[in-house]
Amino acid sequence: MTDRPPTGPGVIDLRGATIGYGDVPIVRDVDLTVRAGEAVAVLGSNGSGKTTLARGLLGLATVLGGEVRVLGAPVGRLRERGRVGYVPQRHSISGAVPATVREVAGVGRLARLGLFRRLGTTDRAAVVDAVTAVGLADRLDDPVASLSGGQQRRVLVARALAAEPELLIMDEPTAGVDAASQEALAGVLAGISARGTTLVVVTHESAPLAGVLSRAVVIDHGRVAYDGPLAEAAAHDEHLHHHPPEREPTGYRMDQPTVTAGPRTDADRER
Amino acid sequence: MGLLDYDFMQRALLASLMVGLVAPAVGVFLVQRRLSLLGDGLGHVALTGVAIGVLTATSPVWTALVAAVLGAVLIELVRARGRTSGDVALAVLFYGGIAGGVVLLSLAPRGQATNLDAYLFGAITTTSPQDVSVFAIIAVVVLVSVGLLGQRLYAVSDDEEYARAVGLPVLGLNIVLAALVASTVVLSMRVVGLLLISALMIVPSAVAQLLARSFRETVLIACAVGVLVSVSGTATSFYTGTPSGGTIVLLAIALFLLVTTAVTLRDATARRRHRRRVDVHDAHPHEHGDDCGHPPVPHGDHVDYDHDGHLHAPHQTGRGVHYDEHGEHPVGAPPSGRPG
Repeated sequence: MTDRPPTGPGVIDLRGATIGYGDVPIVRDVDLTVRAGEAVAVLGSNGSGKTTLARGLLGLATVLGGEVRVLGAPVGRLRERGRVGYVPQRHSISGAVPATVREVAGVGRLARLGLFRRLGTTDRAAVVDAVTAVGLADRLDDPVASLSGGQQRRVLVARALAAEPELLIMDEPTAGVDAASQEALAGVLAGISARGTTLVVVTHESAPLAGVLSRAVVIDHGRVAYDGPLAEAAAHDEHLHHHPPEREPTGYRMDQPTVTAGPRTDADRER
Repeated sequence: MGLLDYDFMQRALLASLMVGLVAPAVGVFLVQRRLSLLGDGLGHVALTGVAIGVLTATSPVWTALVAAVLGAVLIELVRARGRTSGDVALAVLFYGGIAGGVVLLSLAPRGQATNLDAYLFGAITTTSPQDVSVFAIIAVVVLVSVGLLGQRLYAVSDDEEYARAVGLPVLGLNIVLAALVASTVVLSMRVVGLLLISALMIVPSAVAQLLARSFRETVLIACAVGVLVSVSGTATSFYTGTPSGGTIVLLAIALFLLVTTAVTLRDATARRRHRRRVDVHDAHPHEHGDDCGHPPVPHGDHVDYDHDGHLHAPHQTGRGVHYDEHGEHPVGAPPSGRPG
């Protein structure tokens, strides 16, 4: 993956793109092309605009100027949104009503089915495959509320994978996730990247996924400050130094009852 | 005389069966969406429809249906467009609805006796044969819609932003849900009443949430609870002479309290058993961590510590940390993952 040359059609094409909310621009005048099969980290500090950029690709933020094309179509007119997977930044799945891992992941598959079709045999198998890929096959019919925070994040990844997307956009997938789950996630992403899925990962800490992501786009004050190999990006973003999980603000870790008590996992220790 | 010897009771029981089944099937989505009070607001709006029906001598059920569905569509459009004023706009619509209803009803000619209480709180004697057939149509339409669109409604209610990102027609589904709620409100207006229907949408779901493990189970249990309290409440109302809507809702709340108590007791017992089993570790002399000298051992999704051949698993509770016994750790097993 890492050494695959960036050729092929542009999965994402931004030309002078200005993206924001209402009429307030957050990201300005961005030129960016991401080609099929690339694995890109979108880096930047809080408030840099990196999340707005990702939301612009999903049609959740407004394109105020320039052009944003996703899978060849202007983002507002993209018909088959089911081809784009999305893992939102959400620390837990806290729906009021109980739901199983299978039910939550199944939602990801619906987007491919039009308005009335129900999940068929192939769809249900794809949901099981997605949950298996994130290592939660034995929890398929458990309520998501019974899972740890890190596992719940993996359910959200499975939900995105269930659609078998060509482009997967993730917002801070490792924030507030214990090191063991971060490693599991890196493994999952390496697998789908190897299958040719294009990855765009918005993150403020690239270290946990450094083995998967090869290219970095650093956003600073709404503009692209760096675009190149991830390994050389550190000099362009003061926030790129690695935050060990135990130094995260405690609020981020409240959703992992089994690991907050002080023990750190082996992966941590090896750093 | 038995309950079923009266035609009006047969109709009331039939209506209560339908509303008991339909209201929770729609209500679960409102609970998931944290919009529990939407039904209440649409009940207010429906009252204006009732009043227009009474004044124009058309069937108030039909005019209420039109008013409630229009109100529902309007609400969703306001919510979709609105930023800060959305909340106020809803309040204006809701209170405008009930105020309009009360004022218009007071203008009804004397000959047309209108019992406001019956519309607001339900009455068993008011369901006409035509009402039963309209209710049956509404019930079938709502249940078929939930059957066809249930998974999408769940998706939108659960995570609206995600649904939008993957291209589900969020506004359309929200309008459909609101229209289903509006229809359910009208279905309830004879037996349960416009001011109390929201309870029959929400409380059975609340009971089901305590018992179910999946969304599907929640819907099924909620519907069973809805039918149970609705039919038994209507029957009770026949013997006690109390308004059927109030009786049904009190029964539902009683059931909710009962189940809450039972579940709380069950959990407390489980916690006590758990504490008894791990009693020895309550007074654990230190916290396991990097420097405690006990080797960490990965165990499924967490890390245990090998404390003299026993696996100790940290368990964070509201009262701090204690250590659960996770079994023997065979002596000599490599404390995996240690560097060097």
